[in-house]
Amino acid sequence: MSLSVETIETTHRARPEIRPAPPRYRNEIGKFRVYRTAACQRCGLCVKLCPHGVHGPARGSKMPLPRDYRCIGFACRETDHYCIEACPNSALQLATNPAFETLGDCRWPADLLASTWWEAETGHMPGPHLESAIGASGGGFDRLRFRFLGNAVGGPDSPVGPSLGMSDRQVGHTERDKSVPPTDLSRDKISTQLILNRRNDGRSPTVIDVPFYGGGMSFGSVSIHTMLAKARAGAAWNTFTCTGEGGYPDPLIPYADHVITQVATGLFGVREETIQRTPIIEFKYAQGAKPGLGGHLLGDKVTPSVAAMREAVVGYPLFSPFPFHSVYSVEDHKKHLDWIAQVNPRALLSVKVSTPTDVDMVAVGSYYAGAHIIHLDGSYGGTGAAPDIAKKNIAMPIEYAIPRVHQFLVAEGIRDEITVIASGGLRTADDVAKAIALGADGAVIGTSEMVALGCVRCGNCESGRGCARGVATTDAGLVDLMPLEWATQRLVNMYNAWRERLVEILWRLGLRSVAELRGRTDLLLHLDYAVRNGVQSTEC
Amino acid sequence: MPERYQIETESAPPRFRPVGRLGIVDWREDCAGCHNCVKRSCIYDLYRNENAYLQGTRGFLDYVYQCKGCLSCVQNCTKALLTRIVNPDYERLGDEYYTPAIILVTWFQAETGRIPVSGTGYGGPFAGRGFDAMWTDMSEIVRPTRDGIHGREYISTLVDIGRKPPFLRFNDGQVVGPAPALIQSPLPILLDCCVFQSGLSAKRASPRLRAAAVEVADRTGTWAVVPEEEIGEAFGPERHRVVPLLSEGDEGLNESLIRASRMVEVRDSARVFETIAKIKSLHRDVIVAIRVAVETGCADRVSELAKQGAEVVHVVFDPHGREQGEVSGFKFQVSGSDARHARTVLREIHGRLVEQAIRDEVTLIASGGIAVAEHMAKAIICGADLVAIDLPMIIALECRLCRGCERGQPCPVELQNIEHDYAVRRMTNLLAAWHLQLLEVMGAMGMREVRRLRGETGRAMFHDDLEREIFAPLFANPET
Repeated sequence: MSLSVETIETTHRARPEIRPAPPRYRNEIGKFRVYRTAACQRCGLCVKLCPHGVHGPARGSKMPLPRDYRCIGFACRETDHYCIEACPNSALQLATNPAFETLGDCRWPADLLASTWWEAETGHMPGPHLESAIGASGGGFDRLRFRFLGNAVGGPDSPVGPSLGMSDRQVGHTERDKSVPPTDLSRDKISTQLILNRRNDGRSPTVIDVPFYGGGMSFGSVSIHTMLAKARAGAAWNTFTCTGEGGYPDPLIPYADHVITQVATGLFGVREETIQRTPIIEFKYAQGAKPGLGGHLLGDKVTPSVAAMREAVVGYPLFSPFPFHSVYSVEDHKKHLDWIAQVNPRALLSVKVSTPTDVDMVAVGSYYAGAHIIHLDGSYGGTGAAPDIAKKNIAMPIEYAIPRVHQFLVAEGIRDEITVIASGGLRTADDVAKAIALGADGAVIGTSEMVALGCVRCGNCESGRGCARGVATTDAGLVDLMPLEWATQRLVNMYNAWRERLVEILWRLGLRSVAELRGRTDLLLHLDYAVRNGVQSTEC
Repeated sequence: MPERYQIETESAPPRFRPVGRLGIVDWREDCAGCHNCVKRSCIYDLYRNENAYLQGTRGFLDYVYQCKGCLSCVQNCTKALLTRIVNPDYERLGDEYYTPAIILVTWFQAETGRIPVSGTGYGGPFAGRGFDAMWTDMSEIVRPTRDGIHGREYISTLVDIGRKPPFLRFNDGQVVGPAPALIQSPLPILLDCCVFQSGLSAKRASPRLRAAAVEVADRTGTWAVVPEEEIGEAFGPERHRVVPLLSEGDEGLNESLIRASRMVEVRDSARVFETIAKIKSLHRDVIVAIRVAVETGCADRVSELAKQGAEVVHVVFDPHGREQGEVSGFKFQVSGSDARHARTVLREIHGRLVEQAIRDEVTLIASGGIAVAEHMAKAIICGADLVAIDLPMIIALECRLCRGCERGQPCPVELQNIEHDYAVRRMTNLLAAWHLQLLEVMGAMGMREVRRLRGETGRAMFHDDLEREIFAPLFANPET
C-alpha cells in the first residue's frame, strides 16, 4: 500500500505565531562588533539608518550598547545605510568579533551556531552574512549540494561552490534569483507534511506538519523547562517531541498528543500509564551519541526530582545497560513490540537504532517485527555526554546509513510500508532536506534545538552542576536561567525558519511536497564527485 | 573467570601551568564598576580560583587552563568588556598529527586516569587521514557482552606474545613436546623506551623516564622495550619487565642480559636469523622479536620473516604512523606525504600472513603514530596483535612536543627533574584511561577478547569502502 499526503484528509491548522524571542543574554555573540566611542553626539542618525536594529534610540543622555550581533558587517558598506561611514562624528567602529572566532567546530562552525540563534530569535533564515546551510566537516552533508532548477553544474548559478548556502539563501530576496526556477509552483501549495504510519493496520496514519520532530532527551539530562518547551513547540507545529528514557514528567501530560514515550534499556520511569497515553512509543536500542554503550546519568545529576521520576536513589549514577536484557534475537524484538502494541492498541511503534555496518538488516528486522517507524541515529550526533572515543569512532555517519537502508527496503519491496527517520548530525534545514533526498522520510533533531535555546556547544553537559546555560541541567539555580515561555518561542521560531527553508528548497527543485523529495539522490550533487569548477575546499 | 584486570589510578595534577585552549580577556579600563560583576557568577568558580592563585595559595590553577568556555561571563558583562580568545600557546602545541587537542586530552588522562567525556555530539571533521579514515562498528542486538562493560561479564584485554605452534601433537591423549614459550601482557600495549633517546633535555631525563616506564610496566603487567646500552643497574626488582633491544652486531652478545630476559628485540638485518640462533643458544626459552622499520615492501619482509620462523615481529612506523619509520634509533622525522599510513600497511601485512596461513603463529607488534586510545583499537583491527607506545608516554609527563630540546633549549616542563613516583603515576593513569577506552569500544562491538579483535576488519568500517559502496554509485556518474 502506498500513502501520499494527498490521500490523507488534513485540516489546515492555524500556524503558530512567530514572535521575536531576543537573546536572553545581555551581549549576544555575533560575527561583528560595533563600538561606539565618546565622540558620539547622540544625533540618532545611526538609529534611523540601520534596518537591522543594531542601534537603539538614546535613553536619556545615553546611547544603549549596539546590538551588534544583528550587524551584517562589512558587506553593509555597499548599501546606503552603512552607519560607520554615515556617522557625522566618526564615533562608530566596526570589527570582527574575536569571541565569534572561538565559537564552534568543524560540524558546527560559528556561522551555523549564530544562524540557528538568529532563526530562533526571528523565525526566519538569516541574511547572507551568515552561512546557515553547511558546516565545515569536509564530508557527508557538507559536501552535498542540491541541483536546483535553472542551474547548470559549473555555471554561474551553479550549486557548486562553497558559498552556496549564502547565495542560495538570497533566492526570493534578490533580483537576480527571482526568475530562476521555471515553475508555476506556488510556495503556499507546497506540503511539508509527513505520514508516520504507512502500514494499513488500523492504527492512526498520524500526519505531522513538518518532516521532523524533537529527539529524546531525558528528564535529568535536560531541565523540565527544556522538555516542556520542546513539547509545546511540538504541539504548536503539530509534530512531536520525545521523553527520552528518564520517565514522563506530569507537566508534559497536557501535551500528551505530541509526546513520544521512550522505552529504553534502563526502563527508567516506564509505566503502563505512560505507554497508554502516548500516540507513539519509541524503543531505544542504541543512540548515536554512544552507540552500543547504553546510557549513563552521572550521580550529580540524580537530584531528588530525577530520582523520584526514575525510582532511584538520589546522588547515585544511573546506568542504562546495553542492549535490552530481554532482547537477544529478532524474535525477542518482535515479542517486545507485540507486548507494547497490546498495552496501547492505538500507538505507533518506533524503533530507534544506531548505524552499524548491517543497519539495513536491522531496519528490515524491525519492519517484520511490526515497527511503523525505523529511526536511524547516526554516529556524529547526540546531545548527551559520551566518551569522546565513542562519539568519534563507533558506527557510521548517518549520510551513509540512509541510502543503505532506503535501497535495501526498496529491494525488499517494503519501503512504502515503513517510515524511515534519520537523526544524528543533522544541523540545519538543508541537512534535513538532504537526508530526505538520500532516502529518509523525515528527521529527528536534537542539537539544533539545544542551540536554539542558547547552547554554545561547550560540551560540559556532564560536569559539576551541569549546563552553565541552564538547558541541560536539573540544578535548581541553573534551570531558572531559561524561562519557559522564551524557550518555547525560540523553538517555534526555529521550526518556522526551517519550514520556510524547506519550502524554498522544494520550490527551487520544482517539487510539490517533502514526500516527493524522498530518495531523489538525482537532485543532489556530491562535490567530491562533481566537476570542480571554481570550487574551493570547505574542509576543516 | 580470571580476576578482573584493573589499573589503580591516583590523581597526578600538573606540575607546571598547563596550556589551556580558551581564555577570557577583558578591557578593564572601561569597567563600569557596576558591582554586579559576572565573574562572581561563574558556575565553575574559576574567577575565585584565579583570585586564590594571585594570592599565592593555590598552585597554578588559572582560568586560561580551566575555562570551560560557556561564555556566560562574556555574554552577561554589563559593558561587554569581556571576550573569549583561543590561547595562542595552545595552537602552538604539538604538530599536525599530535594535535593540540590530542595533547590536552593526553594530559587529562595522565592527570585523572579517566576516560575523556563530553556532550553535544562529535565536532571534528567527517573523516580524515590515517586512523581517522575508519570507524569501529557496534552490534545492535545480538552480542556476547550482555552486561556491557560494567556488568558481570569480563572483557579480556590480554594478549600472548611469542611463536605459537600451528597445531598440537598428542600421544596417548597427552600433548607432546614443550609448551610454546609465550609471555603475556594483560594490556595490548608495550612501552617503547627508545623514544627517550631522542632530544637533549629528554636525553638528560631519559634514565628517570626509563626507570619510571619500567616500573609502570611492572605495575600494569606489561613490558618495556629498552635499548641494551641504556640498561644499567638502575632497575630494581621490576627488571624482569624489561625487553632489551640488543645492540647492532652479534659479536658481543650480553649473555647475562639475555639469560635474565623473557624477551629480547633485535633489529632486522640480512643475518637476523643467525643472530637469533646465537641468542637461542644462550637462552633457549627467550622470545626474540625482530624490530622492522617499516619501508615500502614491508609486507614481503614480514611474511618472509614469519615463514622463516620469526616469533615476534615489531613493525615501527614513523612518529605519524607512516612508512619509512626509524632506521636506527628513534628520530622525530616524518615521512613524505606519499608514504602510506599504518591503517593500510598493517592490513596488507596481516592479509599477507593470513594468505600464507601463518598469521596465528607469529605475533605482530605495531608502533609509531599510536597517539590516542582509539589508535590502539584501530591498529589491532587492522592486524596488529598489540601496539607499542612512545611519544604519549612523554606527553603524559606534560611534554608539549615543542622540540626545544632538540635545539638545545631547556625543557619548559623540566623533564630532567621529574620525580620518579610522579612520572609513574602519570604514565599509569594514561594506561588506565586507554584500557578503559578499549573496553568501551570493544563493549560496543560486542567483543569479549582483544585477541579476537586482531584483524577483525568486519568490525570496522573504512571511509574509502563506504564511499565506494554507497556514495560512488549515487554520485560518481551524474547525468550531466
